[in-house]
Amino acid sequence: MSEHKIDLTVNGHRHSATVEARTSLGEFLREGLGYTGTHLACEHGVCGACTVRVDGVAMRSCLMLAVQANGCAITTVEGLAKPDGTLHRVQQALKDNFGLQCGFCTPGVAITLATVLEDNPSATTSEMEEAMSGHICRCTGYQGIRRAIRQLAGEPA
Amino acid sequence: MNYHASSVGATRYVGERTPRKEDGRLLTGRGQFTDDVQLPGMLHIAFVRSPVARGRIASINLDVAREMPGVQAIYTQDDLAAIPVQMMSFFFTPIESPVTLLADGRVACVGDPVCMVIAESRAQAEDAAALVELEIEEEAPVVTIADARTGPLVHPDKDDNIAAEMGDEDMLEEAIQPLLDKAPHVVTHTIRHQRIAQSPMECRACVASPEGSGEMTVWMGCQSPHLAARYVALVMGLPQESIRVIAKDVGGGFGLKNIPWREEVAVVVAARLFGRPLKWIEDRYEALTASSHAREQEVSLTIGLDDEGKLLAGWSDYACNNGAWPMGEDANIAVHMFMWPAYKLPAYGFVTRGWYTNTMGLGGYRGPWAMESLIRETTLDKAARKMGIDPVELRRKNLIYLPDQPVTSNMGIEVTDITPGECLEKLVANVDIAAFRKEQAEARKQGRYLGMGIATYIEPTGSAGAMAPMTGETVQLRIEPTGKVVAMLSTHSQGHGTATTMAQVIAEQLGVAYEDISVFEGDSAIGAFSPGAAGSRQGVIAGGATWKATEILAEKVKAVAAHLSNAPVDAVTIDGGMVHVEGAPEMSRSLKELAEIAYGEPARLPEGMASGLEAQFRYQPPPMTMTSAAHCCVVEVDAETGFVKILRWISSEDCGTVINPGVVEGQIAGGLAQAIGQVLLEDMPYDARGNPLAATFKDYLMPTISDVPDFEYLHANTPSQTIGGMRGVGEGGAIIGPPTLVNAIADALAPFGELGGETGEVTLPLTPSRILDVIEQRDVSGHHAPAEKTVAAPVAEEAPAEPVAEAPAPAPALAAASIDGDWDMTLKAPMGGQTFLAHFETDGTALSGYLSAPEGQQDFSGGTFEDGRMKFEVKVDKPMKVTLKYDLQASGDTITGKCKMGMFGTAKVNAVRA
Ligand code: FES
Ligand code: FES
Repeated sequence: MSEHKIDLTVNGHRHSATVEARTSLGEFLREGLGYTGTHLACEHGVCGACTVRVDGVAMRSCLMLAVQANGCAITTVEGLAKPDGTLHRVQQALKDNFGLQCGFCTPGVAITLATVLEDNPSATTSEMEEAMSGHICRCTGYQGIRRAIRQLAGEPA
Repeated sequence: MNYHASSVGATRYVGERTPRKEDGRLLTGRGQFTDDVQLPGMLHIAFVRSPVARGRIASINLDVAREMPGVQAIYTQDDLAAIPVQMMSFFFTPIESPVTLLADGRVACVGDPVCMVIAESRAQAEDAAALVELEIEEEAPVVTIADARTGPLVHPDKDDNIAAEMGDEDMLEEAIQPLLDKAPHVVTHTIRHQRIAQSPMECRACVASPEGSGEMTVWMGCQSPHLAARYVALVMGLPQESIRVIAKDVGGGFGLKNIPWREEVAVVVAARLFGRPLKWIEDRYEALTASSHAREQEVSLTIGLDDEGKLLAGWSDYACNNGAWPMGEDANIAVHMFMWPAYKLPAYGFVTRGWYTNTMGLGGYRGPWAMESLIRETTLDKAARKMGIDPVELRRKNLIYLPDQPVTSNMGIEVTDITPGECLEKLVANVDIAAFRKEQAEARKQGRYLGMGIATYIEPTGSAGAMAPMTGETVQLRIEPTGKVVAMLSTHSQGHGTATTMAQVIAEQLGVAYEDISVFEGDSAIGAFSPGAAGSRQGVIAGGATWKATEILAEKVKAVAAHLSNAPVDAVTIDGGMVHVEGAPEMSRSLKELAEIAYGEPARLPEGMASGLEAQFRYQPPPMTMTSAAHCCVVEVDAETGFVKILRWISSEDCGTVINPGVVEGQIAGGLAQAIGQVLLEDMPYDARGNPLAATFKDYLMPTISDVPDFEYLHANTPSQTIGGMRGVGEGGAIIGPPTLVNAIADALAPFGELGGETGEVTLPLTPSRILDVIEQRDVSGHHAPAEKTVAAPVAEEAPAEPVAEAPAPAPALAAASIDGDWDMTLKAPMGGQTFLAHFETDGTALSGYLSAPEGQQDFSGGTFEDGRMKFEVKVDKPMKVTLKYDLQASGDTITGKCKMGMFGTAKVNAVRA
């Protein structure tokens, strides 16, 4: 198995590592670097749980290899809140609206919505809901997530 | 007693949308799921699974796999057998199929685990697993329920493919058919419910770490660490204290994780054998194809009604695919028990069976008996359409309202405080049905098909005391010397938010701030036994336990404060973490000050009082607490594409005291989303060779945000008889959702005829193509003739199919006197075996005697004995009134035959000379 040396930043921290070519980014973040907030729930690109931000773009870390992230700046769910613990407004909206139950899908949901808002701080509910269509949540029936989206769009939740 | 009215603190928490305690860690990626656990020296497991549905294992060659990098060991069943294991059901009764952790000589379904590879990384374990050479002599599999009735034996040592059976077939002819014959209206409806993959977002997971000589710490995705620890200890024959199970965060359970199953137990056994920490994380392919499945049922219901629409009689025939290795053989008696307690139906009978097949085994899934609501509510709507009665009116004529109670159902279930009728009234008061009917008529003129579906139901929740694992809950509570409160619970949350709701109860009852309460759960070393999340029970039972434990603690705080202030206890109040004495503001103290005294200066406490501020309570609630609901949904069916769009969904439920509406509505919504998946999307089909056909989330369609509408909620809040007045709400949405949606679709498609077409069969899911079948008037049974069962040619030397056992040939006649005397008799009943002493006396052809067990003796007479054939009846009162009808054949020193036990079905009987 070929091995490759990579350098990248995760949530602003610099990391260097040697990875097998076949190791997915998600697996590397979890097992290699300990960012276990990134969850792998299907490993075939459908559920969205593993979504992380790579150079500003929301990516499914199960479909990207760790070697492909060489030189990239990555944000995982651990990097969304401020260092003082203040939640990102997406996290706060999910909390305010019972947008999570078991929390397994949540890291991906939070990263996707945060990325949509990063790109367009005044994103509409339908834009955010469309982005959510790539995420599966088995617990909530999406009710709280939908309300969180409305809150983020400045509408009554 | 209505405890709800008697909170200690002035601040209200119960009933508030208090933000969840769990969210802080889960939103920031700091939860601890099983795969997040890393231990020094930990190795990884991958299973080698059977690629064929049925056959004999001819050889397993591990040579190449063992040489792969990182491989430490490869185990087969021969290795694991060093530690004997007897798998059990959720009820702690032995599994009746010959299930082993890994396949033992034969495979009985695709996905059957055959070997486990232990390697330094999961990738290495998978590499090696792919190189295990498995040679299986493939045999023609039994895939469907129809196959099971006539096909070869799934388990060759069994008499037939019936995994479990109950009901009284004779009752149809004797009691029900005569009533149906007289009924002016008779309606029959059939539903084929597809197989469901429960699909929690976190797949199954287990880390087992052997410690010292006999101890083990196990991290497991489960629904109760206590139950998981008890189960593992029980099946392995270990003392329970030797196993500690930790499950801090679990990504959904839904019944799949009720008990540890073969893989989890195999990991524990392997860790013991290998002596190193082992981790197994199921991947999605395994989860879809090789985790226990759910549903796959075929049920028909016939009801008779009078001209006004009043129910006269009902008969149901139910069958459920148990797969090869069910987590407990199941004929789903609960379907029949809970089909009618909310309705006035004078006579009901049924037969109900579970069938073994060569498919993945049956497991639990939110509302495992949900078919009772689906078949009943859709049949009622079909009757309403046929008779031209409004579906709401039809229900009003038959539902049990509060003034009708108490009343005992035709299956002996007493209902005292159900409110399905009241929920329905509240629902229709909030939905303008007349306006909808106008809109529907207008839309139809334009070729748009709108439909409205309504359903009502009740659900048994918070069950305790009738089945081994269904127990009460313990709460341990203390105010620390810091004045902060710590609660240790036996609850478990896989999203339920029990730390939140229990802290709300404590905050309200104790008069402390919600933020000052820490809740610990998720560890079998904390709290006492409970089955955790199973049967919509935690809010009811743990809620009651918390309520009472908090009251006990508050009493102690008041007693201490009263003593210190020389004031009457009644004058003491607690609020906002402060203890006040009425009329003496200078006596106010913080809980912290009081706690410091209680812990540090016990001499200042009332005489004889224990130091510290602690309380413990174990709550044993009433045996069952009923939740009721009525739902309404509005859909539009696109006649061009067959797509269903849900336009509106209103839930009117009565779950008693609502601790946190955000949590309650979250439970209802999650269940409804699963219901929508069941009716429209999800399907785990098998091909004729026994291959599961949905291997990814691209094939197995999970509901996404665009499939689920915004739900609206009405809460009725009739307090239950439990402490706190809660009623369970965990499963309701998944039970009442399917009939509500199917009824709406049937209403929309009414212009095209019945949803089930001429055959009267509805097959789920109602995919666009099945709906187009209805619209375009094709054969809509959805029961397309199964593909020819051609197991591909290269199946070498197919073993001849074992014939289904015939009824035993009558034994040769014996001399009458030869049966007189004592016999050791075994009755193999659906709920487990029973052994007792049978004494027979014959006089010519007259037979009498008694059956004797430690619990007592039952005499009988009036039996007959002819040519060795023995027939007699024994009446039993406990646990339910039932007449046992024995039909036995004596042959030398053995007696064999059957005993019919009323609705509990037929048991096999064996006896030998005592
Ligand atoms: S784990 Fe990557 S999309 Fe599901
Ligand atoms: S919160 Fe459990 S999967 Fe979304």
